[in-house]
Amino acid sequence: MTRTLSCILLSFFIFAATGTTVFADVASDIDKLSAKSTNVKIAAIERLVASGEPVVVAVLTAFLEGNLYARKADGKIIIGKTISGRFTVSDPLAGDDLGAVKKAALDKIRINNRLRTIVRGALGGLTLLSPDKSQRLTAARDVFKSQDIEVITLLEKAIAKETDDAVMVEFRRSLAAVQATNSEDVTVRLAAIKVLSEFTDQDVRALIASLIGREAPAETGAPENLVRTAAENALASIEARLKIWGYVASIFQGLSLGSVLLLAAMGLAITFGVMGVINMAHGEMVMLGAYTTYLVQDLFKTYLATYFDWSILIAIPAAFMVAGLFGVVIERCVIRFLYGRPLETLLATWGISLMLQQLVRSVFGPTNQEVSNPTWMSGTIEVTGGLDLTYNRIWIMVFAVLVFALVTILMKKTAFGLRMRAVTQNRAMASSMGIRTGWVDAMTFGLGSGIAGMAGVALSQIDNVSPNLGQAYIIDSFMVVVFGGVGNLWGTVVGALSLGIFNKFLEPVSGAVLAKILVLVAVILFIQKRPRGLFALKGRAVEG
Amino acid sequence: MIANTTGPVTALVMGSRGARITMALLLGAAILVPALNLLLPETSVFHVPNYLVSLMGKYLCFALLALSVDLIWGYCGILSLGHGAFFSLGGYAMGMYLMRQIGDRGVYGNPELPDFMVFLNWQELPWYWYGFDNFAFAMVMVLVVPGLLAFVFGWFAFRSRVTGVYLSIISQAMTFALLLAFFRNDMGFGGNNGLTDFKEILGFDLTSNAVRAALFASSALAVAFGYLLCRFIVTSKYGRVLVAVRDSESRTRFLGYRVEHYKLLAFTVSAVLAGIAGALYVPQVGIINPSEFSPANSIEIVIWVAVGGRGYLHGAILGAIVVNYAKTYFTGALPEVWLFMLGGLFIATTLFLPKGIVGLMEKMKKKPPAKPAAEHGLTQGAGD
Repeated sequence: MTRTLSCILLSFFIFAATGTTVFADVASDIDKLSAKSTNVKIAAIERLVASGEPVVVAVLTAFLEGNLYARKADGKIIIGKTISGRFTVSDPLAGDDLGAVKKAALDKIRINNRLRTIVRGALGGLTLLSPDKSQRLTAARDVFKSQDIEVITLLEKAIAKETDDAVMVEFRRSLAAVQATNSEDVTVRLAAIKVLSEFTDQDVRALIASLIGREAPAETGAPENLVRTAAENALASIEARLKIWGYVASIFQGLSLGSVLLLAAMGLAITFGVMGVINMAHGEMVMLGAYTTYLVQDLFKTYLATYFDWSILIAIPAAFMVAGLFGVVIERCVIRFLYGRPLETLLATWGISLMLQQLVRSVFGPTNQEVSNPTWMSGTIEVTGGLDLTYNRIWIMVFAVLVFALVTILMKKTAFGLRMRAVTQNRAMASSMGIRTGWVDAMTFGLGSGIAGMAGVALSQIDNVSPNLGQAYIIDSFMVVVFGGVGNLWGTVVGALSLGIFNKFLEPVSGAVLAKILVLVAVILFIQKRPRGLFALKGRAVEG
Repeated sequence: MIANTTGPVTALVMGSRGARITMALLLGAAILVPALNLLLPETSVFHVPNYLVSLMGKYLCFALLALSVDLIWGYCGILSLGHGAFFSLGGYAMGMYLMRQIGDRGVYGNPELPDFMVFLNWQELPWYWYGFDNFAFAMVMVLVVPGLLAFVFGWFAFRSRVTGVYLSIISQAMTFALLLAFFRNDMGFGGNNGLTDFKEILGFDLTSNAVRAALFASSALAVAFGYLLCRFIVTSKYGRVLVAVRDSESRTRFLGYRVEHYKLLAFTVSAVLAGIAGALYVPQVGIINPSEFSPANSIEIVIWVAVGGRGYLHGAILGAIVVNYAKTYFTGALPEVWLFMLGGLFIATTLFLPKGIVGLMEKMKKKPPAKPAAEHGLTQGAGD
């Protein structure tokens, strides 16, 4: 313990010591900027640049813009600027404001053309060679934008020194951009365009498009034509790749929407598909799950704030239990009296859905409740230019896959699943074999509702938690089950994912609302061809 | 019109006690309510206040809507959760006519374009608004638009034997799709706000008492007409086949009936009735907006029918009026409680009152054991 502490202290002292010496040098060099001799100034600039201190950039910029002054009283160098009509000065090293000063008390430090070129180059080089990675990245992007031919030598120098891959890519991109637009040598330009064609972002695309616009078609065989054709080819290849990335992005968004739909529809596939009970209150089970998440997060905020990030892991089983319990109660109190009367079940469960909505509205109020993302679920991964994947959507996909796997195992590999399927296939026979069909019904309905509750946890991460949350998903979920076919969980998966992807591919073409309408119409039309869905049960089970 | 009733109509009315009472009440209301509203001074005990005329007119529109649902659900086993769509389409057709009647009295004073189009910077009337300045054309559209949609939808659905809850779900999806579509501004139906600020109908001021009374009377007559039409249908041979379809679709098909044709006709007629209800509703409430398409509204219609008694026709009328009166009362007095009550109504009716109020009354009147295949008897699992 003490050793670590002393280590930290020691390194702190070393750091502090080097810090002060560097600052002392920089200060004396800054003072030399007011020297009479240009050569002294140049030497000072070179030393300043070599120091690599961030303040140097500000000082040199001020120098270049004619904002550097020497105070007449003590010869101290200060930066002066007119901010909102008032002339104020600041200390170049500390950066603190020295207040308003009359210009008469200051000597402007003059700059000549020779110095100007040197300072300009030094400034570009300073940021390009800066030890800070993010500064180098910004510098490279600046060069890409300005396409300043003067920076080329600096950039080449920077490339030679660069060790970081990401920065290197950015440098090469900028160098190629400068060369492609400004180089005199056709072969250099061709090579640069070739380099550029490997990039896939909108900026490069715009740059190459402007290159094509600039190069007037010349006589055949002229070198300008070569550049033009190369640029056209590059543009075509970039656009092809952009299109592919666009598709990839659509597929990702579609899968994301699909996994949300899958979560919402999986419970429905069990209650509707396996039991034949049409549960209009399913959306409210999802809503209950979302509200459970809110409550769990609230408890964590009050009692276990340090573990807040893991509240969601508690919320998942809690939501399952709450929604499942509601499901069991609903099944025992209402639905079991209505077996064999699907239309009546539909109406009764709609009534339940209205009551649950009003219950939540009365308890929590009609406004949205705030549910926050844990830190490990927020943020994005940038795969390439124009394709961002958000962590919460990725986690929801993972979650959907996990839930699906668990449900499949439960249905296929456990005793409960066996009983469940037995009751579905032949209730009377299952009953005479000693299966308590009523208990199986209640548990099955509870399972379906519990899964809906877990879907609610996922939805609370991407959507508003309000009493109407369930209503927004219920029709889509029904469409998934109807499309995928009843009584088959794989049908639900295929239904959910294809509806999600279909929706997201339509959206850029037709707009979000129209896409949704088109999907609904498509499902309605699809039902005409396959009234029992994609994965229909065959034979006797159909009439069930 | 009713005075010179022909033989069959008399038979329809006199054939059953429920029908006699229903027709008497409807015609009585059509005459009495406007008379009591317009002729008596406001101080009189028997004076019907203006707000009540509009309110009851609204209920009658809902009654006609419920009647249309009962025709297909009660007699044909088709549980449509999309009837609100036909109602709203009829309402929009009427709203478009009323919109064109505003003329240059709108906020922007454009004689050609409704206000919302001026607001959206539209230069000319979309083609589908042509003709709606003509009352007769608009009324034809009130019938044709819902009827056509129902025909196309039903043709696709029944042909491929989409039945039971599947049909319910896709009809719900249909009205949901329409809801989304009508919310869009570029649909040209006023988007979110819908159509409102109506001034006059057929040149008469919409806010005047006489017009409101006339609208009430028309609604009552429309319900009477719809009731007679439905009774005519269900007592005919065609209606018998409908009931057969309801009770056992496959068996009816095996007997050689083209089940889908029977269902399609009933569905289309029902949608037209719903459209008429919507067209009468809009001038009385003064607005039509996309929320009328919301799936919740359509399900509510079904519960009116269920509460009143499915498969009796007059049960639907009764249910619509009772539930809507309760709604008006409770949303005013105890707004928190209303959704609990409505939800409870759904559950209680399905669990304890499968035949609704009318069924309960019949049961209390004659105590004999239930006839298994009574005229109105509903078999369990009907529609599946």
